[in-house]
Amino acid sequence: MKSLLKFITCGSVDDGKTTLIGHMLFEAKLIFADQAKSLELDSKAGSREGRIDYSFLLDGLIAEREQGITIDVAYRYFTTEKRSFIVADTPGHEEYTRNMAVGASFADLAVLLVDASKGVITQTKRHARICALMGIKHIVLAVNKMDLVDYDQERYEHIKQDFEELVSNLDLESVRVIPVSATEGDNIIKKSQNTLWYKEKALLPYLESIEVKQKVKRDKFLMPVQRVSRPNHTFRGFQGQVEAGTIHVGDEIFVLPSHEKAKVKSILVSGKEENSAVYGQPVTIQLDHEVDVSRGDVLTISKELKVADMLTATVLWMDDKELVEGQNYLIKVGTKTLPCMVVTIKNQININNGLKTPVDKGIKNEMIECEIALSESIVFDRFENNEAMGGLILIDRVSNMTSACGIIEQSVNRSNNVIWQETDVTREIRATQKGQIPLTLWFTGLSGSGKSTLANEVEKRLVARGFHTMLLDGDNLRHGLNKDLGFKETDRTENVRRMAEVSKLINEAGLISMVSLISPFKKDRDDAREILGDSYIEIYVNTPLKECEKRDPKGLYKKARSGEISKFTGISSVYEPPEKPHIQIDTSKYTLEEATDLVMKQVLEYLS
Amino acid sequence: MSKLTHLDQLEAEAIYIIREVAAECENPVMLYSIGKDSSVMLHLAIKAFYPEKPPFPFMHVNTTWKFKEMIEFRDQVAKKHGITMIEQINEEGIKQGINPFDYGASYTDIMKTQALKQGLDKYGFTAAFGGARRDEEKSRAKERIFSFRNKNHAWDPKNQRPEMWKLYNTSINKGESIRVFPLSNWTEKDIWQYIKRENIEIVPLYFAKERPVVEREGNIIMVDDDRMKLASGEKVEMKKIRFRTLGCYPLTGGVESEADTLDEIIEETLSAISSERTSRVIDHEAKGSMERRKREGYF
Repeated sequence: MKSLLKFITCGSVDDGKTTLIGHMLFEAKLIFADQAKSLELDSKAGSREGRIDYSFLLDGLIAEREQGITIDVAYRYFTTEKRSFIVADTPGHEEYTRNMAVGASFADLAVLLVDASKGVITQTKRHARICALMGIKHIVLAVNKMDLVDYDQERYEHIKQDFEELVSNLDLESVRVIPVSATEGDNIIKKSQNTLWYKEKALLPYLESIEVKQKVKRDKFLMPVQRVSRPNHTFRGFQGQVEAGTIHVGDEIFVLPSHEKAKVKSILVSGKEENSAVYGQPVTIQLDHEVDVSRGDVLTISKELKVADMLTATVLWMDDKELVEGQNYLIKVGTKTLPCMVVTIKNQININNGLKTPVDKGIKNEMIECEIALSESIVFDRFENNEAMGGLILIDRVSNMTSACGIIEQSVNRSNNVIWQETDVTREIRATQKGQIPLTLWFTGLSGSGKSTLANEVEKRLVARGFHTMLLDGDNLRHGLNKDLGFKETDRTENVRRMAEVSKLINEAGLISMVSLISPFKKDRDDAREILGDSYIEIYVNTPLKECEKRDPKGLYKKARSGEISKFTGISSVYEPPEKPHIQIDTSKYTLEEATDLVMKQVLEYLS
Repeated sequence: MSKLTHLDQLEAEAIYIIREVAAECENPVMLYSIGKDSSVMLHLAIKAFYPEKPPFPFMHVNTTWKFKEMIEFRDQVAKKHGITMIEQINEEGIKQGINPFDYGASYTDIMKTQALKQGLDKYGFTAAFGGARRDEEKSRAKERIFSFRNKNHAWDPKNQRPEMWKLYNTSINKGESIRVFPLSNWTEKDIWQYIKRENIEIVPLYFAKERPVVEREGNIIMVDDDRMKLASGEKVEMKKIRFRTLGCYPLTGGVESEADTLDEIIEETLSAISSERTSRVIDHEAKGSMERRKREGYF
């Protein structure tokens, strides 16, 4: 069986990528007769000077043929006597960089073209860097259009030197520089008579012979779970592809991130029962006992994999929309897709020299180093150790666009209080689910005015009508959340602030909140209104002080009068009445039922 | 690097893709056209989930002009594997008497593209597997494996989602869908070699046999039933022919051949001087015709 080489052609626009591949296929007699005939016909109609335009073989989209450019990757399949090839011909325009990256993610080798008359330019450097980012270890620089510089060796050497300097800080295993002419056919299939000074192989023979086997950095079994299969009660199999190492029936494995252990009971390799499976095979694995495994988990024997909920990554930003800190995306790593947030944008990597510059946003086609916080811990490896566990994509949650692709560098400890904020289900969604408008009914008034009694009755009525509610009583919260607070003015202010914040959370949960709190100062109530926004409905229970003191349900007025309690509202501390409460009620004028009726009538208006 | 053979790698890639769709997409369906590529895709789906049955139904868009042998084969296969096979026909087109002889390109649109869209909408499928390969045609060569379609099933070739490594993005909004091509990286030769290696059953029309044919505009068309009207000067002859691709019999040209075993077919494929699509009458219409149809929702 012949080996397979997957490669791409890349480089700047008009450097002749498409023509190079077209010529290679044509000369090597690797296209069908009908395609060759159609090529000749197309060329007569469309090309410069009626010569065969080899690019017509690959530019398959109408827009591409009209504009004479490559927009998206084209895949071609061909076989020579020595090797099978899949070539992805990628676009050179900066605008279509992401399509070039698609091709690069797929390939083992890149044929990067430069125009001999122009030399190494920014786009050449960008493509070289993207190739390295996406994991390509072998680059051939094809110095094209040698015919335009009279096959000048000096020109070639000059470009070669520039290029070798460029790639010296990239992690590559082989670099080869070949002088070619895609239109004339020099050094494509066989050595050209025009470049006798060039002693190495021509392009195709070089591609036929180069060894691209990657060094195995991870040799212990690992398999990300794609799917759990349970067709019946007796079978529970975990489907996935082996991404490293070998596994045998009877081996002990563990599940990440849970670390639960189990033994392999059976292995199906593409549907057939086998004793073992190796890297690259699609398998279904049964374990000897029930363990909790779901999609996105990893079965492994490797202790080198990492589990973390925050990581640094280098990404190629591909979206027209800018990347800014605090933005939410879906991230996919291995077979795990989950919400994430780009919390810190650290550096932009300079396309020309690889140097890092601190930035606070990412723009299309830039390479950006950033920190990503995940909604839960995931299993991963550094990309350079294992492609399958170290590559990532970010998906925009509104447009569903693949906004970025990148590689994981390392995990980060969550030191700077970054807390994941789940934003998928919003306040509106929760409220809609409950069919209500989440308001805060803020009962303010003197001690003994009947706030709590009234709030309690209103809540009962609301629940009876099918509303979802929560009651926060100022006195009761002083036993727990607010037990560190006294009755000083500053403590009272803090007390009100906390009640407002808690009530806001309750509203965010979609619930109607009732707060019963003296809240005597106008400024504090204004702060609460600020925190709660439009949800804040002020209910002033304006029962006269005389009546309140008469009721004195907790005996507090008595203590205040005797001086046992200081700073008691109405006696030794002021109550500032609300100027424009939403609802007002004097409980001394009505029975409890009447008062409740009156308040309910108005509350229901706000709730509809 | 893997020690697997080229065919093993292609098989692994296709199974991975099929499983990703089953795991991530809400309501997938596998399009089944009865041809050799569909036979390979069905075989891979069975392997991907064994001993479980494929967790999605299959759908055949029937123009009602398929070869008789294809329909028989389809029903046998569905029965043998115990899978759900939905047959989708554009009944409105039948009522209007749309046929391949009198309606040309609009026949393909109405009986294939429209029927397909009707079927996908009717069942609310969010992902549909197709057996298309990139080596078939130039616009196919440009298409992603997970190919996004808007609410009108249209493809936007100038704005495809990036597709990196094996990290397929299956996110869509309501009403949108994805076409998925697990055989994207297979060539015609790979298909035949895999059919041989796995001993996959295919419709007998692929093997050379004496069949009743007429010559029409340079194509050898088989007279499969009496709906085929003969033009003056045309006469039915018996010729030993086989088909490289299968579709609607009046639109599918056969090739004269002696190849009646898989080995001979593979031999013939390797030395073929024309691409397989030359036997599909519809592809000759105009440059870019495939892309136009795909933009309108064709597979």
